[in-house]
Amino acid sequence: MSKEIYERLAKEFPESSLDYLEGKDPAISVNADDLFEMALHLKEKEGYDYLSAVTGVDYPDRFEVVYHLYSMRERKEPLILKVSASKEEPEVASVTPIWPGANFQEREVYDLVGIRFAGHPKLTRILLWEGYEGHPLRKDFPIEGHRAIGQEEPS
Amino acid sequence: MQRMETGLRTETITVNMGPQHPSTHGVFRMIVTLDGETIVDLEPVMGYLHRCQEKIGERNTYLQNIPYTDRLDYICSMSNNMAYVMAVEKLAQIEVPERAEYIRIIMVELTRIVNHMLAIGALLNDLGCFFTPMLYGLRERERILDLFEMASGSRMMCNYMRFGGVRYDLPPSFMAELKSVVAALPAFIDEFERLLTENEIVLVRCRGVGVLPPEKAIAYSCTGPLLRASGVDYDIRKVDSYSIYERFDFDVPLGRNGDVYDRYLVRIGEMRQSLRILEQAIEGIPEGEISVKLPRVFKPPEGDVYHRIESPKGELGFYLVSDGSTNPYRYKIRSPTFINLTVLPELCKGHKVADVVAILGSIDIVLGEVDR
Amino acid sequence: MTEEEYIAEQVRRNVIITTIDKIYNWGRRSSVWPMGFGLACCAIEMICAAASRFDFARFGMEMMRPTPRQADLMIVAGTVSNKMAPQVVRLYDQMPEPKYVLAMGACAISGGPFKDTYNVVNGIDTYIPVDVYVPGCPPRPEALIEGFIKLHQLIEGQTILTSPWYRKEAEREMPVPTLGPKGLVLPGEDE
Repeated sequence: MSKEIYERLAKEFPESSLDYLEGKDPAISVNADDLFEMALHLKEKEGYDYLSAVTGVDYPDRFEVVYHLYSMRERKEPLILKVSASKEEPEVASVTPIWPGANFQEREVYDLVGIRFAGHPKLTRILLWEGYEGHPLRKDFPIEGHRAIGQEEPS
Repeated sequence: MQRMETGLRTETITVNMGPQHPSTHGVFRMIVTLDGETIVDLEPVMGYLHRCQEKIGERNTYLQNIPYTDRLDYICSMSNNMAYVMAVEKLAQIEVPERAEYIRIIMVELTRIVNHMLAIGALLNDLGCFFTPMLYGLRERERILDLFEMASGSRMMCNYMRFGGVRYDLPPSFMAELKSVVAALPAFIDEFERLLTENEIVLVRCRGVGVLPPEKAIAYSCTGPLLRASGVDYDIRKVDSYSIYERFDFDVPLGRNGDVYDRYLVRIGEMRQSLRILEQAIEGIPEGEISVKLPRVFKPPEGDVYHRIESPKGELGFYLVSDGSTNPYRYKIRSPTFINLTVLPELCKGHKVADVVAILGSIDIVLGEVDR
Repeated sequence: MTEEEYIAEQVRRNVIITTIDKIYNWGRRSSVWPMGFGLACCAIEMICAAASRFDFARFGMEMMRPTPRQADLMIVAGTVSNKMAPQVVRLYDQMPEPKYVLAMGACAISGGPFKDTYNVVNGIDTYIPVDVYVPGCPPRPEALIEGFIKLHQLIEGQTILTSPWYRKEAEREMPVPTLGPKGLVLPGEDE
């Protein structure tokens, strides 16, 4: 199923570099610059109107944002999009204008993993407080937090 | 309502509700901007119960994560267990024996009834009838918690499901007790309905409040009773059927207007449908094994999966990335109540302050899941 | 009856001789009003303890006030996170004396299963003094009621002569931590 959509997308956007990733949940890997137009095309022409989850992952060589899309009306299988971002300045286009349900999820990815979303209406921390240093779900952040680096517990 | 043009300069006032508030279902804070008593803007602030579950998930092994899933949505621990365990079974391709599937369905449907009882009790608590409907709901909930204790040893944090089945088999007295609970529950739901459904105060305070049109519900990624009360027929047990749900015959209650009253009716309807499923499961449960034998050191193959179930609050999903070692590389929880809250400011604009509490109660949040 | 017998009869019926402490403590322990600070999962077991099966209204405690100004006992039920800790301490400061704190559940005692992570306080006794600890995850409602009985025994053992709340030099206000860039910071501390 996703193979056909991948082929249709490749025909629609011939200049962008798409990739089909095999696995238990096959996915389509998309370039960060083409994400917004492709997302708009998927919602309006292919009927993927329900965005289920937005996840940020910290790999050793890159950051990745994974989108799980479903279609409410036609009960198709999920469509999974994977977008890579660089380690130094991770930034991806926000899909909140297309699917408003991505609002809080993108804020959470920014808060915990540190990927910025360009075009988000209000990109602030949501689970931790403003002014906190560091992004906890990155692999170089210790689970004890900043306690591991010298701050004593007051007694 | 007509505003009087008096030439007075008026200002909006900002009111802070929570985090310690009797009606916010936990530590949840809302910053409400009011013009008189009408809401102009609402900003939810969360994170007061952020317990670092996703980072802990990466530190633990796969098996050690199961008790932590109990504490996500702490009212429905069996559903959370089931969602995580099924995600790992999809990753490692483990088959589950028949009897274990039936036991899981029985536990999950009992959890659905428990959750809806508490949700309706809490909603009515917030509307003002302090504690009477809650006491009714809690009385029946205690009987179901006794069943959980019989099977798993604990009332709330059951930690009952394992990869490939369940931990303990049902004790001999369980089925008799389950049959008597299932026989007594329809009368209780009728009593609840008689008390509340035609009640004048409930009708006036809930009809027409917090209306959510279906297109908006889909655009804002709402799931669960919130979505079905707006008329969208999307229940993951029917659409994307998992476990053995296609063997059972049940309906999906839908609402028409998408207001608070419809969400209350959808929850009552779902309780009745869960009873139907329970009756069929009691008839059909076979004898047999309850789990499969797994290696001592459990290392699933590399890859990533996303598995979702219909928990009582909406679509609960787990996205797991495995790098072939004993711990997950990325452990992500798709939490239904966190995403359902995206629509809260839209629902509340134009209503009065007193309606905020009713609308929040009808979305039915649990902070352990919102903040993880 | 003679006059002496009459007076003796009346005294036996209407006059009780006891100590001030006993009456004072009996009044206080029979109607402790809790301020339920339901943070997380333990809050559900606290609500069950208040409901009809494990009723704690038998101990005079069913008035669970949401406001700290009218409460005697603060039940900290659930995990205290870094973001929430300043609120907990501020509410403790707002309670009038004599006041008690009951830490319910493993998370309030020492951080519980979420100990030593970046957003969880390792036990509420880092910031406020605790009188009774009720262990469990979550503790059963019967365990919570046993905690209340221990609290009643504690109250009965106190005396006005040496009680802290009538003394001038007692420590009244616990310092409220603030949210710094790396975690919680107490006032007057370097980062």
